[in-house]
Amino acid sequence: MTTELHPQTTPEVGGMGHSVKRKEDPRFIQGKGEYIEDVNLPGQLWLDIVRSPYAHAKIKSIDATEALKIPGVAAVVTGKDLEGYKLHWMPTLAGDMQMVLPVDTVMYQSQEVAAVIATSRYAAADGVAAVEVDYEPLPVVVDPKKALQPDAPVLRTDRGPDKQTNHIWHWESGDAAAADEALANADVRIAEDIYIPRIHVASIETCGIVADWNPIRQQLTMHLTTQAPHAIRTVVALVAAGAGLPIYEHNIRVKTHDIGGGFGGKVPVYPGYVLAVAASFLTGKPVKWIEDRSENLQADSFARDYHIHAEMGATKDGKIQALKVRTIADHGYTDAAADPSKFPAGLFNVITGSYDFPNAFVEVDGVYTNKPPGGVAYRCSFRVTEAVHAIERMVDILAHDIGKDPAQLRMENFIQPEQFPYHTPTGWEYDSGDYPKALQKALDLIGYDELRKEQAEKRARGELMGIGISSFTEIVGAGPSHDFDILGLKMFDSCEIRVHPTGKVLARLGVQSQGQGHETTFAQIIAEELGFPVADIKIEEGDTDTAPYGLGTYASRSTPVAGAATAIAARKIKEKARLLAAHLLEASPDDLEWTNGRWSVKGSPDRFKTIQEIAFAAYTNHPQGMEAGLEAVDYYDPPNLTFPFGSYIAVVDIDKGTGEVTVRRFVAVDDCGNIINPMIVDGQIHGGLTMGLAPALYEQITYDELGNNLAGTFMDYLLPTAVETPAWELEKTITPSPHHPIGAKGVGESATVGAPPAIANAVVDALWHLGVRNIDIPITPPKVWRILHDKGIS
Amino acid sequence: MTTQHVSLTVNGQPMEADVEPRLLLVHLLRDVFGLTGTHVGCDTSNCGACTVHVDGRSAKSCTVLAVQASGSEIRTIEGMADGATLHPLQQAFWDQHGLQCGFCTPGMIMQSAWLLEQNPHPTDDEVREGISGNLCRCTGYVNIVKAVQQAAGQLSASESAPVAAAATVDAS
Repeated sequence: MTTELHPQTTPEVGGMGHSVKRKEDPRFIQGKGEYIEDVNLPGQLWLDIVRSPYAHAKIKSIDATEALKIPGVAAVVTGKDLEGYKLHWMPTLAGDMQMVLPVDTVMYQSQEVAAVIATSRYAAADGVAAVEVDYEPLPVVVDPKKALQPDAPVLRTDRGPDKQTNHIWHWESGDAAAADEALANADVRIAEDIYIPRIHVASIETCGIVADWNPIRQQLTMHLTTQAPHAIRTVVALVAAGAGLPIYEHNIRVKTHDIGGGFGGKVPVYPGYVLAVAASFLTGKPVKWIEDRSENLQADSFARDYHIHAEMGATKDGKIQALKVRTIADHGYTDAAADPSKFPAGLFNVITGSYDFPNAFVEVDGVYTNKPPGGVAYRCSFRVTEAVHAIERMVDILAHDIGKDPAQLRMENFIQPEQFPYHTPTGWEYDSGDYPKALQKALDLIGYDELRKEQAEKRARGELMGIGISSFTEIVGAGPSHDFDILGLKMFDSCEIRVHPTGKVLARLGVQSQGQGHETTFAQIIAEELGFPVADIKIEEGDTDTAPYGLGTYASRSTPVAGAATAIAARKIKEKARLLAAHLLEASPDDLEWTNGRWSVKGSPDRFKTIQEIAFAAYTNHPQGMEAGLEAVDYYDPPNLTFPFGSYIAVVDIDKGTGEVTVRRFVAVDDCGNIINPMIVDGQIHGGLTMGLAPALYEQITYDELGNNLAGTFMDYLLPTAVETPAWELEKTITPSPHHPIGAKGVGESATVGAPPAIANAVVDALWHLGVRNIDIPITPPKVWRILHDKGIS
Repeated sequence: MTTQHVSLTVNGQPMEADVEPRLLLVHLLRDVFGLTGTHVGCDTSNCGACTVHVDGRSAKSCTVLAVQASGSEIRTIEGMADGATLHPLQQAFWDQHGLQCGFCTPGMIMQSAWLLEQNPHPTDDEVREGISGNLCRCTGYVNIVKAVQQAAGQLSASESAPVAAAATVDAS
């Protein structure tokens, strides 16, 4: 990264702006990380799950006789067994209901049907194979549009008499009448259907739990792959209370250990977790469940699956006037989204993007189908990827339609730097941005004008090359408590800092790293604020008995929310340190100034106390009347969201013979506000870009008409390897968030959000002259080959 | 349940166990020998998180039976460092930020070690090809390629490095 940073601390202290090597890495590179499958407790049993081969069927009978004959198989648990404890249903984070095990009807292929508890992993698997289930297939609803037709079978007959429909909810934002009027009066009006396919985060570590109910202590410990340990603890306590079980929140401990990637997939509560807890409660022994990859891809919550119809109006020279978007959201058989309560379609109404839209209206309808629960993220903050893809595709279509360069059209329609804070027609207040600067930097870095010349020359020779731009605006850092909660829990986050007498620091947070490097970056924030070297600061997360309550890590909220809490907690400590220093220096607190980890007397820089000296005094020489110790905690309620942004440019070449798209170059200019650790920020962007490339060209979960999952293993669900992944070229602009204590905005998901339309736009750009307006992602070789074949190109 | 005796050398230490014939090598290493640095990420040999060296060759240990590996020399991530001194690949992954969640990292390092034994001076494209059987969801591979290149430079500069020593193990 060449953007110049100006760290205020020395490299030894390692505050903000230093590429501090990660503190967590020594254990990972030596195979000493502790992931969920590495947790083994004495006497532990294994749990494995019988799953449905049908997408919709009545369960006529479950016969466990043969399974129970297998040596090591201890029990087979069915939905009817759980019904006796009122544990056969559980709430989703969206407030819908999900089966733990079905009593009579399965709703999607690979749904949990029964659990086998055994003394070993292999015996449990043998037991699963021996359980005999007799099914009666029912009509399957795969297409969400057909699900809304009057003759479609109602899938969720468990819901109340007024809810006997496959329609879950309707949500809208903006002014429909104003948008309609502006569209009617527009010189140019375009419309497009855009499908954002169902995909899966597929973290390389799958999900798992070791549930440990200790009947003597009445203590439940859940060793768990979760991005939100505190919220999970509360949900478990509420479910237990509903079932009348003596499992109370102060006796529930969630421990995460190391997590092998999350990306949103480890936010929900999965039936396997509840089954393991129930099995441990019933047996009094620890019970371990580790899902395999097939279960992970076929049964865990999915992302996206948005059927979007977008209309846009503009003047004849390309000034954007209005946007209207209608969307059907396929949620599978239950709404298991992890969106904030007020936002069932997430923050999809950020869909006006980086552009100065006078009018906009967005509506979304959630629908049930016979598919696994949908609506979690895929490294995406609450439906922002869907929104960005739609708007960036529409802007490109408009540019091509009126014959204007897509970069120029964007420049002419951007929200300008002086318009911030900017109020969108759908209700958001963007905190800060400089969109023209980011796009110009990307254009310069990639050599845009030269590429356009090359493209023209190649087109004249019949070669297919495209250039695609995406100028996205992210919306992260959920969120302000007046609007943001999950199941009623406000979306604050927290940090508690303890400074020990010898000047060493322990800080605990309510968020949960899954690879983001929190042990390093949050230490850097404390180093920046207090001057302790990063090496002297230990960060802990993921033990609900010790960490302060927080809502967890997803939607790029750790730095915007918990990072702010860390800075504020450090500043509380700094203020107490001032009082201690005044006592030690026999000076007035008002006469002290803070520089480089020390309080000194103004005008007498040789009269000072270092933060380490002050820490010792806090325990050995504090003034009478002051509490001993040097600790602080902060629960941070953000005043607004943060709005990272960027401009990406992709260059693609298309093989006319095979239809294969190759991303030749990809320039990413990101602005995430102030940067804590440039190395880690770049790493986040590298990973995010690759998870943007993936759905753009490779990944999709598809179903046949019977609801069979056609991409249920890594043989068919194609994660990009190092060969397909280009050498990403990164640059930055820095526009601090004005309301964040350290001016940071968050970065984890920007690239996933911004990358897919850049690639899609590049492919369509390569084919526009053939009459191609849109290709839904993933843009696979067969799709492109079919288009070329139909056009007579080879 | 019928069991079969296996004896093998793991990271230079002779080890043995009585195992079910169907036990996978990765489960022998993890569940029986307690070497949990080798991970399982898929069921289909696609992800490479379980990569170890069997008789000097890179192998996906989720697709090898423990009984097949009996008599073999196995090397895992736990056998890469020389006491407190990290293997150049381990150091390079740390230096270059070649890992994030760390789950694919042991397999990625083992595959990279094999790659550098076969090709001590790879191009970036050759590194990408060489690790294409190992999936990483976090890093976008850019820094992994840099890490392998850093280690390649260090290993070729030092004949006494552990990988060079491993290359002398009979691979037949």
